[in-house]
Amino acid sequence: MNPLGVAGGVLQAVVIVGGAPLVVGLMRQIRARLEGRAGAGVAQPWRDLRKQLRKQPASPRGTSEIYRSAPVLLVATTLVVAVVAPFVTTASALPAVADLFVVVALLALGTVMIALAGIDTGTAFGGMGASREVTILALVEPTVLVAIFALSVRAGSTNLSAIVGSVLDDPARLVSPASLLAAVALVVVIVAETGRLPVDNPATHLELTMVHEAMVLEYAGPDLALVELGSAMRLSVYLGLLANLFVPWGVATGPGVAALAVGVAAFAVKVTLLAAALALAEVFLAKLRLFRVPELLAGSFLLALLSVTTAYVLV
Amino acid sequence: MNPVEFGLAAAVAVGLAGTVAALLVPRPARPGVTGACVAVAGALGLTAGIAAVTGVTWSVHLPAVLPLAGVDLAVDGLSGVFLAVAGAVAVAAGIYGIGYARHGLDGRAVQAAFPMFVLSLLLVPAAGGVGTFGLCWELMALSSLILVLAEHRRRPAVASAGLWYAVMTHLGFVAILVGLLVAAGPADGGSFAAIRAAAPGLPPAVAGLAFMACLVGFGSKAGIVPLHAWLPRAHPEAPSHVSALMSAAMVNLGVYGVVRVGIDLLGGGPRWWWLLTLAVGAVSAVYGILQAVVAGDLKRLLGHSTTENMGLVLVGVGACGLFTVDGEAVLAALALTAALLHVIGHAAFKTLLFLSAGSVLHATGTRDLDALGGLRARMPATTAAFGLGALAASALPPGTAFVSEWLLLQSLVHGLPAAGVVASIVLPLGVAAVALTAGLAVATFVKAFGVGFLARPRGSGAAGARESPPTMLAGMALAAAACVGLAIAPMLVLPALAQVAGTLTRTGPPVSGAVTIELDGVAGAMSPVLLAAALVAGCVVVVVLVRVSAARPARRETRLWDCGGGPLTERMQYTATSFAEPLQRVFDNVLQPVQDIEVTHHRESQYLVEAVAYRRRVPDRIERRLYEPVLAAVAAWGRAGRRLATGSVHLYLGFGFAVLCGAFVMLVVTR
Repeated sequence: MNPLGVAGGVLQAVVIVGGAPLVVGLMRQIRARLEGRAGAGVAQPWRDLRKQLRKQPASPRGTSEIYRSAPVLLVATTLVVAVVAPFVTTASALPAVADLFVVVALLALGTVMIALAGIDTGTAFGGMGASREVTILALVEPTVLVAIFALSVRAGSTNLSAIVGSVLDDPARLVSPASLLAAVALVVVIVAETGRLPVDNPATHLELTMVHEAMVLEYAGPDLALVELGSAMRLSVYLGLLANLFVPWGVATGPGVAALAVGVAAFAVKVTLLAAALALAEVFLAKLRLFRVPELLAGSFLLALLSVTTAYVLV
Repeated sequence: MNPVEFGLAAAVAVGLAGTVAALLVPRPARPGVTGACVAVAGALGLTAGIAAVTGVTWSVHLPAVLPLAGVDLAVDGLSGVFLAVAGAVAVAAGIYGIGYARHGLDGRAVQAAFPMFVLSLLLVPAAGGVGTFGLCWELMALSSLILVLAEHRRRPAVASAGLWYAVMTHLGFVAILVGLLVAAGPADGGSFAAIRAAAPGLPPAVAGLAFMACLVGFGSKAGIVPLHAWLPRAHPEAPSHVSALMSAAMVNLGVYGVVRVGIDLLGGGPRWWWLLTLAVGAVSAVYGILQAVVAGDLKRLLGHSTTENMGLVLVGVGACGLFTVDGEAVLAALALTAALLHVIGHAAFKTLLFLSAGSVLHATGTRDLDALGGLRARMPATTAAFGLGALAASALPPGTAFVSEWLLLQSLVHGLPAAGVVASIVLPLGVAAVALTAGLAVATFVKAFGVGFLARPRGSGAAGARESPPTMLAGMALAAAACVGLAIAPMLVLPALAQVAGTLTRTGPPVSGAVTIELDGVAGAMSPVLLAAALVAGCVVVVVLVRVSAARPARRETRLWDCGGGPLTERMQYTATSFAEPLQRVFDNVLQPVQDIEVTHHRESQYLVEAVAYRRRVPDRIERRLYEPVLAAVAAWGRAGRRLATGSVHLYLGFGFAVLCGAFVMLVVTR
């Protein structure tokens, strides 16, 4: 635990909590403009959060503390990841937690808590959303871990800072087939995990297509604010991980205010670009039928497996 | 006096006393006395096991106890691990059994078999020779069979489960005996030390035969696919504390056998042994959890999950053997450490899960997840216990299985650069199998906990449930404490396990550290304590920030959103079947479920539907393809044999004469 890591960790948490709603706002704005609408502005998610936080907390009758604690845990797990992972600096606040397996499992824990909350409401929507979300989670897990495997073999460690560091030391590895295949596999995974098109439509409230929205249908007030903030943070965290695993330049490796400032700026630019690309792609994509999603995930799993094999063969 | 010797001797004495007491004490006091004896014997076994793991060894030869071979006992670190696990599970199960046995389980035979079963679980890992091992193994099989059959008067399914269990456990025993005898053939006597000394001289084919036979026999005890058919039958039908002992302590001994024979006695072996072990482990893990995710019976689900976890352990054992062949001793020790930690973690959470499932069964009278729900308000302690167990079982942080699976994945990740061509294909597939298992385990336990315990009751049994008596809760609390301890502070046990694994693979311990698990020899570190602390800190920060920023803190109770259609009923909730339906559809080709939908039309118009009946069954496909042909062949053989037995004495005398003549002819020809 060094001073740079602690400073970087706090900075990362602040940047992600503050910036994640803006990223979501940006994506909505891009979509609106491309569809010929004016859009509500980039800061609209923050205005929504402020409105929700001012409302009185409410719990539906018959729900237990699982329902009440799930939003807190969703945000807390993402917050821990935001602090420890190398987004702004490679020096982690808690190096013993900055493991790629740990980070992925922590994010899964948040999903599981929300799924349990969905079941806890006892409504058909809650159960339906939970069932679909958990199905996608179960199928995404193999791809994530195999892609991690491909990346870690290269670095000789599953520690995030080590993986990022190894790319910084040897940029030529980035253009290897193993790395590209793993990147494509991870993109599919991130789309599925964050509930974006074509796996889930974040703007829908139609029972045939809802996944994430169905689980959180009962939430209102500050709880809903936490769920929304948690989802936005997860999106930023995943995009940030993707960016820094494959294009780590700009991340602060040494101490100094200037290096941290460059790190923050680079991180913001990378996540913004990725989010813009994702929003752009979403305009041209239709949502897949739920039972076609496993085919997409199986394809990404195959890519991840190929990536490991090429990592071994072409080293 | 040697602590191992003292612990084992005292445990045997207390266990035997418990058996005798169960036969003599009157019915009202019987469960209390036996339960106390079992718990004390378990605690003594636990101390002996801990002493053995920390390096105290003990061996003895008692020629007078058994004719011909005598009794050999030898306890080393590896035995100690399994001895300690069995003892710890027995403590929780014994205390729990006091309350649980009030419901028709206080008969003499059942109560007397209970301490015998625990005793045999303690003695199997302590056995130091083929004869002693076989005797203890058979004692374990018979006493557990009596316990499985305990409720045979109440449910007809118990008898069928008992038959499956009896036949498969004895076929497995035959395979183990063949394997051990083949290995002991050239050795000087039947003790394990003699076999170990003679093993380097065994021809490869003979050693391979011994290992294969042992893998089959021990694999059937561990519930490994395709020899798992007894497990999802016997575990649900046994009383729950017995299920816990079987699932958390007995199946482990299958793994113990594979490690003892393959790695210790036969000293490694060629690559194909371990590829096979790894492959059956991976297949079992995926197949077991797939069956669990679609299971609708709570205890059956837990039984399938046992197959999954033993599969994961065998993946670790197989990887250990593979790395040993490749000369990567550090990685081999790491993989074995992960496997042993998973055995301990699985024992802790499976005990907890079976005990809480028993508490649910006790209170609601049903194991059917589709009829459960709403237990959070009615049985808060049981719900908390099951939730903790589910978290531990689903390999999410901060859970018990997460640490061991992390270690296992670390050994596989670091194995790739050093691996040959075969391993470079096998290891990614192994990682993929472990990962798919982890994902499906999450789905399984979200289903079991969410549908079984949260929301509103789906049946009258669940609606009228009451919390279980304090002795049952005490047993569950002990298991829960073990789960939490292993999840937060695995470094309490890991150094000792690493030492055991290091000794077996002839290298140093692969893991060190106090707060952080640091891998020695390869890069990797992880700290469950810091992770848990970070999560707690994160929650505190979030709660404080919300409190500060929220305008109106008082929480209000509201109606559920019912689309304006009036209050929602219990029948509108998702059930376990509907929850697992998407996954069942995704894995349709593997599971091959059987579904019938019957639509009854109205008499007056066939456009009006009167009733729809939906039935779904997921038959075990391996069972149907593999066991049914064998059973049919055996039955046909029996029918054919019946033709010989017509009842005529003359014919029987004729058979005797013919066989005698045949034997003489054979003697003449072969001489």
